[in-house]
Amino acid sequence: MIELRGVHKRFGTNRVLQGVDLTIAKGTSMVIIGGSGTGKSVLLKCILGLVRPDTGTITLDGQDVTAGDRDAFLARFGMLFQGGALFDSLRVWENVAFRLVRGPKALPKHAAREVAVEKLRRVGLKPEVADLFPAELSGGMQKRVGLARAIAAEPEIIFFDEPTTGLDPIMSGVINDLIREIVVEMGATAMTITHDMSSVRAIADNVAMLHGGVIRWTGPVSEMDATLDPYVQQFIHGRADGPIESVR
Amino acid sequence: MIAAALGGIGRPVLQAIAAVGRVALFAASILGHLLRPPFYLRELGASLLQIGWYSLPVVGLTAIFTGGALALQIYAGGSRFNAESVVPSIVAIGMTRELGPVLGGLMVAARVASSIAAEIGTMKVTEQIDALVTLSTNPLKYLAVPRVVAATLAMPVLVATGDAIGIMGGWLVGITRLDFNSAAYLKNTVDFLQGWDVGSGLVKGAVFGFIVALMGCYHGMNSARGAQGVGAATKSAVVSASVMILAANYVLTEVFFSS
Repeated sequence: MIELRGVHKRFGTNRVLQGVDLTIAKGTSMVIIGGSGTGKSVLLKCILGLVRPDTGTITLDGQDVTAGDRDAFLARFGMLFQGGALFDSLRVWENVAFRLVRGPKALPKHAAREVAVEKLRRVGLKPEVADLFPAELSGGMQKRVGLARAIAAEPEIIFFDEPTTGLDPIMSGVINDLIREIVVEMGATAMTITHDMSSVRAIADNVAMLHGGVIRWTGPVSEMDATLDPYVQQFIHGRADGPIESVR
Repeated sequence: MIAAALGGIGRPVLQAIAAVGRVALFAASILGHLLRPPFYLRELGASLLQIGWYSLPVVGLTAIFTGGALALQIYAGGSRFNAESVVPSIVAIGMTRELGPVLGGLMVAARVASSIAAEIGTMKVTEQIDALVTLSTNPLKYLAVPRVVAATLAMPVLVATGDAIGIMGGWLVGITRLDFNSAAYLKNTVDFLQGWDVGSGLVKGAVFGFIVALMGCYHGMNSARGAQGVGAATKSAVVSASVMILAANYVLTEVFFSS
């Protein structure tokens, strides 16, 4: 279980997070929604330790994420980055197998390649793709490779940062379905940040809305449409009028 | 009024001191990682190829033209004192002690510091460095240490090659344009060149290589967002590496030859 309590983060005078409280139960899929620039990515990076919160606590299964063995902590995570963040200089299979060939439990190269090809197949990519470089792939294929890399070491927790940004609706649907299938299949805890409502409905067990540096609303996805919270209603229906300023 | 003027002087001085401190801490972190596993030998090999092997043409071309021009200048200057015969020895000493390492270092700074800063800066803005962290890999160890080690090892070899090519450039000009006898030119070069002339240049080369890769990695890792940020990081890497090479060259020359 991931728990955030009173998490604050500011960059200069910009107070991005102003006391975030959130609980993500083990084995569930939480989707964080919110407008651009509301701190969703910062929140995710705080959990991973890529950004250090100013105040507040973040715990994973009761343990402070900033304490203890950092490598062991990160080994429990997989992450799909917004732009894929694939390593340009490495072939696709080397990207997917990056974690597998390093560390104390490193696999031999041929075994790691086999795992990588299997994970690529799992996300709908043919084995021929394995020897290409990321620059030779389309945006949708790069997302799939990023997804294969995120699940390669079969992590307990997977983060998805804007998984469908920049993709056409059909490819977005494919990626959403893949994420849902993989999360259920692996029994992983998932946290996704997005402003794509089709992703929310496809991926989420629970939804939390981040606005003004705090969680404004959280609950099961099945209750999202019925909530009377004006911020959630404005956001999920994409209205220009409402409490959320359309020009930020 | 006075306070504002003092503030105008003090602020950039403090910023400069802070920048020196940040670079020193960055260098210390790299040195701290040198002997601690894991070691990324594949990345070291790739960096040696990129920094060493692919820099050979530019260093070689720089050296051969410099050696040739140096021979012409020394001949022209020496003829005022009937000292044309010093051309071979001064070309050799000038190339090995100063021009080989300094010009080689500056050319490598232009080629390598820029490419390292641009590559690492792009990795930063495309979240590849964050991805490395999430994959339990220390970006400093994976990206910076192999490049710094490779540049420190490759640069003396480049300098030695540049020295040889530069001396050959002087010899070519000497025998084709200045009527030197080939065997006499080479004998003069060998007789007057001492081991420390070459050795001091190689030590300078190692220091300059370290500086080039250090500044490339530092500015790349601290690149601001966007294409403009990567561009600024690349420019800063080349400028700072070049200035530091020239400053370090003076200090090393003072240490090696002032007595």
